[in-house]
Amino acid sequence: MRVKSPDSYFISKLRELKRLRQQTSGYSKSYERWHREVYSKFARQFPERKKEFRNTSDFILKPVYTPDDVADIDFERDLGFPGTYPYTRGVYPTMYKGKLWTMRMFSGFGTPEDTNKRLKYLLKHGETGLSLAFDMPTLYGYDADDPRALGEVGKCGVNVSSVDDMNTIFSGIPLKDVSTSMTINAPAAVLMAMYAVVAEKQGVPLKLLRGTTQTDILKEYIAQKEWAFPPEAHMRIIRDMMSFSVREMPLWNYISISGYHIREAGANALQELAFTLADGFAYVDLGISAGLPVDSFAPRLSFFFDCGMNFFEEVAKFRAARRIWATVMKEKYHAKDSRSLLMRFHTQTSGASLTWQQPLNNIIRTSIEALAAIMGGTQSLHTNSYDEAWALPTEKAATIALRTQQIIAEETGVPDVIDPLGGSYYLEWLTRELEIGAYEYFDKIERLGGVLEAIKTGYLQREIANTAYESQKELESGERRVVGVNAYQVRERRPIKILRIDEKAQMIQIEKLRRLKRSRDQVEVRRALEELRKAFLDPKGDTMVAIINAVRARATLGEIMNVGREVYGTWAEPPLL
Amino acid sequence: MGRTTTALKSSVTKRSERKIRILVAKPGLDGHDRGALVLCRAFRDAGMEVIYAGLLPTPEQVAQMAVDEDVDVVALSLLNAAHMTAFPAVKRELERRGGSRILVVGGGIIPDEDRKKLESMGITGNYGPGTPLKTIIEHIESRVREERWGLRSPYIRRRGKPL
Repeated sequence: MRVKSPDSYFISKLRELKRLRQQTSGYSKSYERWHREVYSKFARQFPERKKEFRNTSDFILKPVYTPDDVADIDFERDLGFPGTYPYTRGVYPTMYKGKLWTMRMFSGFGTPEDTNKRLKYLLKHGETGLSLAFDMPTLYGYDADDPRALGEVGKCGVNVSSVDDMNTIFSGIPLKDVSTSMTINAPAAVLMAMYAVVAEKQGVPLKLLRGTTQTDILKEYIAQKEWAFPPEAHMRIIRDMMSFSVREMPLWNYISISGYHIREAGANALQELAFTLADGFAYVDLGISAGLPVDSFAPRLSFFFDCGMNFFEEVAKFRAARRIWATVMKEKYHAKDSRSLLMRFHTQTSGASLTWQQPLNNIIRTSIEALAAIMGGTQSLHTNSYDEAWALPTEKAATIALRTQQIIAEETGVPDVIDPLGGSYYLEWLTRELEIGAYEYFDKIERLGGVLEAIKTGYLQREIANTAYESQKELESGERRVVGVNAYQVRERRPIKILRIDEKAQMIQIEKLRRLKRSRDQVEVRRALEELRKAFLDPKGDTMVAIINAVRARATLGEIMNVGREVYGTWAEPPLL
Repeated sequence: MGRTTTALKSSVTKRSERKIRILVAKPGLDGHDRGALVLCRAFRDAGMEVIYAGLLPTPEQVAQMAVDEDVDVVALSLLNAAHMTAFPAVKRELERRGGSRILVVGGGIIPDEDRKKLESMGITGNYGPGTPLKTIIEHIESRVREERWGLRSPYIRRRGKPL
């Protein structure tokens, strides 16, 4: 389906950038001479390792970069200074010289009691922000006693079936002192409501709550595939979350627009950049459609990226992301508040880059990726544990991962100068190329009718699956080499000690639900769920307030989500083969 | 069997001309479909007829689909640590629906001790991340050959490994 959009911002921007790219500097002649007379001669005599060198985004790389490749870059216009438009070099004037990035390690498993212990352990060891992983039933919005939850409770994260569980997770942890990131999407509004209700109980005003709910449902349809309702229904609830946050929880990052899952599902760096930002613009459109002024909600939009092994490509990706976001927010959406223009993001090192073969090598991979994320100016960072190709991390492995960040922070000197790679011909060229590639994708998505349409037709999903398949074939043909996988192999058994989750978690959680359902006021619950149904049915209803009221009445996650499933139905993907 | 391997090989190719029909499924609450989608493409390129079950089917739905589609093989993928519940459930539901001749292979994040238990139930493969596509395809082809011919496939024999 081709829809001609009246909005031609992206195409005109693309043309502008391509026009600029025509510029050359006085060095092109001398480069050509060197290439012909020195380089090619030498390469004929001593053949190179590969016929062609490419990065993950499939850019063909030159042997060396020169002023000629950055002739279209204007220092003031395209780079500027840290903390000033277009924020290419960093969103804050002092960056890590003032405050190091937040070392935020994702954790959570088993019962809420298990996770409470792990969080306290991490806080004791110098972790500065909490980050919760939920199990599959929670992510899909089913209670622990739902038949669909069989065998899955507590396996990939902590199980939260009710506000009581949230209360247990944060028992002894004052919510006014921590910032909490929750990796939750389809039921994000419910988990945010639970957090708010726990804060009420602790006597902490909502306006002081700091943290993030991931809430990015678009990337769920594109990549991670954890949804509950059809796209429009989720977008509508997110709209209400946005309005509520702007009104009541001003420090809450109600959405973390995520490229991580897009990348892990197989996308390359360029696709991650482009699809994530396209999602970001879709949420800006959503906020505007809710009647919110752009500067009222845009400052709380935050991002979440992957960081893979191609070092310079990753650093360039982060810089390009900041420049594109600032430019589009200013030029297309006319944001005035500088906080609407600056892209703050969390980064996680790549899980897909980890191998189960020779697992200790993963410590090195993670270190290199962490360094790229820091050179790229991330606001917070999760480093993976070396055993994560195989299972949830053990305590020892998780500690090494945290130490990796601390070593970079304290011992390398890297955080002492802002954007230390800025000005490198190669990096600046890469940054520009990724930027242009992203605008090409924005234009294409716009022609398809926007992100939602591109999801419904399966375009974005197929793009990613194709890249994943190509990359697997490159690995198998030996064109792409991974140490321990198709190079430098050794015979080995899987030597990792893994963390096993007790099957008891499910029984414990089911028993708690039984007690909860006996001890609460059933009339109150039914009334709150009925109000929620009305809010879901009424396009003008405030679903966020209705969800909070249902949580206060101690309705469970599954009960709340089931009302939504009854009203909205569920969703099936378009064919992807 | 007094035949040479070559003779066996050519007759196998000739007589098992029917393409392998395979259902790829993720039975349970797990949307991590990168591996499953890569496998779908690889199976297709290897000449199989591929049916993808889509996301979030229950084990019952997977088994029903396998019987309805008359497949040779069900290939299951899970990365959410629920394989010990979901894989045997698919196998059980297949048997309940008269699909006990349908082969079941698995893959995902499967620790060694689970792998042994699954194999004793007849759920084979159980490959982890980093397994070459060729290994997986050969495993499926050899199991189908064995099922169609009642023979141990040359591939399995060469590796000297029991199913």
